Amino acid sequence: MWTLERNEDTEQQIIRETFHLVSKRDENVCNFLEGGMLIGGSENRLIYRHYATLYFVFCVDSSESELGILDLIQVFVETLDKCFENVCELDLIFHVDKVHNILAEMVMGGMVLETNMNEIIIQVDAQNKMEKSEAGIAGAPARAVSAVKNMNLPEMPRNINIGDISIKVPNLPSFK
Amino acid sequence: MSDVVEKTLSALPSLLSLDSQAGAGKLSPSSKLGNLIKGITELTSKHEEETLIKKELESIKEQVASPNTTMRQMKEIMVRAIYCEMLGYQASFSYIHAIKLAQQGSVLEKRVGYLAVSLFLNETDEFLLLLVNTVLKDLQSTNLIEVCMALTVVSQMFPKDMIPAILPVVEEKLTHPKEIIRRKAVLALYKFYLIAPNQVQHIHSKFRKALCDKDPGVMTASLHIYLQLIKENPESYKDLTGSMVTILRQVVGGKLPLDFNYHSVPAPWLQIQLLRILAYLGKEDQGTSEMMYDVLEESLRRAEMNHNITYAILFECVKTIYTVHPKSQLLEKAAECIGNFVLSPKINLKYLGLKALTYVVQQDANLALPHQMTIIECLDHSDVIIKRETLELLFRITNAQNVTVIVEKMLEFLRLTCDDYSTIDLVGKVAELTMNSVFSLGGDVMQPDIPNNFLRLLAEGVDNVEDRQLRLFAVDSYVSLLQGETAKLPQRFLQVISWVLGEYSYLREEESDPGSVMRLLARLLDQRHTSTETRSWVLGAMTKLCSSPVSVALARDVCERYLYSGSLNTVLRQKAQELMILSQDTKLRARVLPAEGRLESPEVDSSLSFLDGYVSDALAAGAAPYKSPHQRQEDLVQEKALSLEPYGLSLPVSLSSCSITDRRSPTLLSMSSGLSGNSTELSHQEGSTTLKLEGVKRVWGKDGYLAQQQSAGETPTPLVELPSPLLSPQSPPSQKPSSGLEPDQEKRQLASSLFVGLGSHNSVCLVRLPSTVWLFIKNCQSANQSNVVKSLFKPFYINSCQSKNHGSFVKVSGIFAARKSCQTDDSCCFPPQISCISGSPLKEVKGHSVSVCLHTVVMKRASVQVELAGLLSYQRPLGQPQAAQFSLSLSLKHFLRPLTVSTGDYGKMWLSFSHDLKQNLRLVTTEHQEPLTATLDALKGKLHLHVVDIIGSEGIVACRLLQGPGQGQPCLLHCRVHADSLAVWLRSPVPELPDSLLYHCQKALTET
Repeated sequence: MWTLERNEDTEQQIIRETFHLVSKRDENVCNFLEGGMLIGGSENRLIYRHYATLYFVFCVDSSESELGILDLIQVFVETLDKCFENVCELDLIFHVDKVHNILAEMVMGGMVLETNMNEIIIQVDAQNKMEKSEAGIAGAPARAVSAVKNMNLPEMPRNINIGDISIKVPNLPSFK
Repeated sequence: MSDVVEKTLSALPSLLSLDSQAGAGKLSPSSKLGNLIKGITELTSKHEEETLIKKELESIKEQVASPNTTMRQMKEIMVRAIYCEMLGYQASFSYIHAIKLAQQGSVLEKRVGYLAVSLFLNETDEFLLLLVNTVLKDLQSTNLIEVCMALTVVSQMFPKDMIPAILPVVEEKLTHPKEIIRRKAVLALYKFYLIAPNQVQHIHSKFRKALCDKDPGVMTASLHIYLQLIKENPESYKDLTGSMVTILRQVVGGKLPLDFNYHSVPAPWLQIQLLRILAYLGKEDQGTSEMMYDVLEESLRRAEMNHNITYAILFECVKTIYTVHPKSQLLEKAAECIGNFVLSPKINLKYLGLKALTYVVQQDANLALPHQMTIIECLDHSDVIIKRETLELLFRITNAQNVTVIVEKMLEFLRLTCDDYSTIDLVGKVAELTMNSVFSLGGDVMQPDIPNNFLRLLAEGVDNVEDRQLRLFAVDSYVSLLQGETAKLPQRFLQVISWVLGEYSYLREEESDPGSVMRLLARLLDQRHTSTETRSWVLGAMTKLCSSPVSVALARDVCERYLYSGSLNTVLRQKAQELMILSQDTKLRARVLPAEGRLESPEVDSSLSFLDGYVSDALAAGAAPYKSPHQRQEDLVQEKALSLEPYGLSLPVSLSSCSITDRRSPTLLSMSSGLSGNSTELSHQEGSTTLKLEGVKRVWGKDGYLAQQQSAGETPTPLVELPSPLLSPQSPPSQKPSSGLEPDQEKRQLASSLFVGLGSHNSVCLVRLPSTVWLFIKNCQSANQSNVVKSLFKPFYINSCQSKNHGSFVKVSGIFAARKSCQTDDSCCFPPQISCISGSPLKEVKGHSVSVCLHTVVMKRASVQVELAGLLSYQRPLGQPQAAQFSLSLSLKHFLRPLTVSTGDYGKMWLSFSHDLKQNLRLVTTEHQEPLTATLDALKGKLHLHVVDIIGSEGIVACRLLQGPGQGQPCLLHCRVHADSLAVWLRSPVPELPDSLLYHCQKALTET
């Protein structure tokens, strides 16, 4: 979610750089990356968590606690897991809008709104209820996805950055 | 990566067909999204991606334009448009439709509309004006979800100028019955405050109401605002300190509903927020700070080290404690906390520990001392981020004595990470700043290769923006330095300045008149204190600079003075001559010093092949073949014509000092002379600070590192060997490095050079001071003896040489010769927990001899740690009585011994003990061992426990505490692996023992 004004090109560049930086880091290094020029100088930091094939990257300024954000990502992922019932990459790809909505319940306009998973789920559920009553049979694709989920899925080739700065699928480095 | 792509490609078709089957025709939009995603995953090149997205955008365009498209379809189309934008393709035609969707759609469609708007547009977009009415309508809606959505979008992006239009409605929401609405309204107002502070000035009182809201969630949201307000202007909000403290106390005390707990920690994020606010409030304000000491201490205490989030709170706590008006008791605890962070095996905590250290060393550089070895290890860490943080830390403790080593480390780091621009920029600046402040301090003492390194750093590298900035920064700062008083600047620094100005002044020429730099340089030449070497550097710089008419005139002026006033120095004359000729002949100048050639390094023919002809001519004419200086010297030695070696010094100590310098990096040699200059001053400190520095001294003594000796001391060691470093100057410490420590040697040296100057005791390494008592207290534990031997070795000597001025080591040696005998007695004060059961008094000590006294100490009452302090008073034959204090911190584990019992006896004892305690500890995991075995082994090694038996997932352990003559009191541990932790149950007949032992177990396992 872009809370600062930026043009399209910088956005894309930031995502690419971020992906580049984060993906080449080992497992046994720390989860913090300090400000590059792109993300707005030394005040800002990238805080990321790596889950299987996914990286969740938050970009925060100095007014946030590093470890606090690290746990916030955990809360976010746990919430996703609850909302999608055993979340996988496909959920995030097919339901970008829902992921955004969940994130919006946690972080609003760049500020942490709610950190309690149950509260977030209550809010999301309230909206989903309305969706069900409105959409009727639209539940079908969700069923399809959950059927797919049970297959032994190969790794998805794409990385999804979901975070304070972005929820975008950047270009694959392997695309020449 | 590519085989992953392939795998996915093979799997996706089946997956997508499944999807469309389930959709069964009715969901054509959904399968369109499916098709798009499928298409994206099948891509193999950037070009294909372009084609695909172009096609997709075309189809979207067509659909949105069609009047038949329903809102529901529109929602689906928007999701597809979001995908295209995500990949970096503009879908600007859909923006207006996104706004329309937000305006007209049902709740669900509205949501997607708002989402698309917030993703597509930014705050300055004109389209946003179209959204204002929609937002206003939704804010007034009776549907809570619509209100929420409107508030969310408002806080994400809203045109600044339109805030007044919706402000009253948002304000109204502060009193909404629903907590979630109030909360979101608070955040939206905070956002308004950030982008247009003036417009929300009148509602500050309402923020206060939000702070007092009955719902903790709303209160939490309002803290965002207060954090910002207090950060900007702490003075106006001092009255809130009491409330903040109360809130924090309630949170820490668990007064919030259980819903707010996260991993059984009450509202951790709220705690963090409050701690930050307190830090701002208490900064440089004793009165306010005093209000918060209690609650800070409580937070520290409550946050047990068990989960990531508690570390977050601890870290925040530590930072707050060091920001507010200091209170020594809290500082101690915070320092301990930092220690735990730094020592932690978890990399994230290590990072934060370093960060915390970086923060606190600005107040007290000595805090870094206990962690020297860890810091050194971090310098070589595989993670660049950790390395950088360490350098940042070193940067903070830089002083005139350790600057060379630190800068070397930084340059080393720079060379390794040349790909990372931001790193170059950062560290380059760090080096730069260090150089400026320290060149002027350390100056001429510095090794010549340091400035050279620095110049190379400036000159190297491609001509990118960062390098340019760095150079410009250097030029600017040097010009302003030269404009000030230059008499105090060291010669070498002046040389660096001239070179930099000569090379890079052109960078700033646009903004200043060309002659100004020249004039500054000319002024340097005029000054009497400028050395000949520096003058030639200055002339060199002038040669590079004389391009404009003003500077040519100036240069000519200078040259005439040098050439005709009869300067005797040939180098200077030559340089002046060059400058003269070049300044007169612009064409020649352009050829010799091309403006655009500055950046290319000239090719140097190092083999001097162009001289070959001349050499062969000379040889033919009968000249002797050239010999290198080295060769010539060898010849001389062989011929024994003249000994170039200095005569051996007869004083034993000169040997020792020589060998010290041999072992240390050459930079230290130069430092030592700087140090000895103020040695008298240090000698005064020595006596008074003995107590305070004791903890450090044991590790970093005369050798630089005594810990190794200490561990060696655990096996019985001949007593003579221990004090020898000081008592027998004939065998200086440097000549007897303990065997098997070689790999550490380098690190220790590095450490001693990095941390030199941080504590006054460091001077011990280099200079012997007059009137000093050397006091070594050793901790010796002998496994063979039946009771603990706490040996206090106090080798000391007193010298009466009153030499006040020793500029060199040779002079220092005089002190050794003048040693006298003396009379001593000592007294130890034993705290109530400790008693001495046997001891021998100190006797008269002759020169060159050792007096050893042994005290056997036991722990009467179990406690985590005790402090043993003592006073050593002594009298020289003709002098005043003098005293030296020492203190020794003994922990419980010094008094623990393994207790060997059979499993049967263990069972009987277990039932008879009354004091027990249960706790979960973390498990140690290693590759080769079972977690239980590994954990128990770790405990056994660190705390001298005896592992009685291990059965399955349970283990029993026994130990005894030495409490007096005899066996001592037992403590039994029963350990069971439970989930990921170790459930420990301790039992003992001694009341405090389980508690204290558990503390040490916890500590031992955290450190593993």
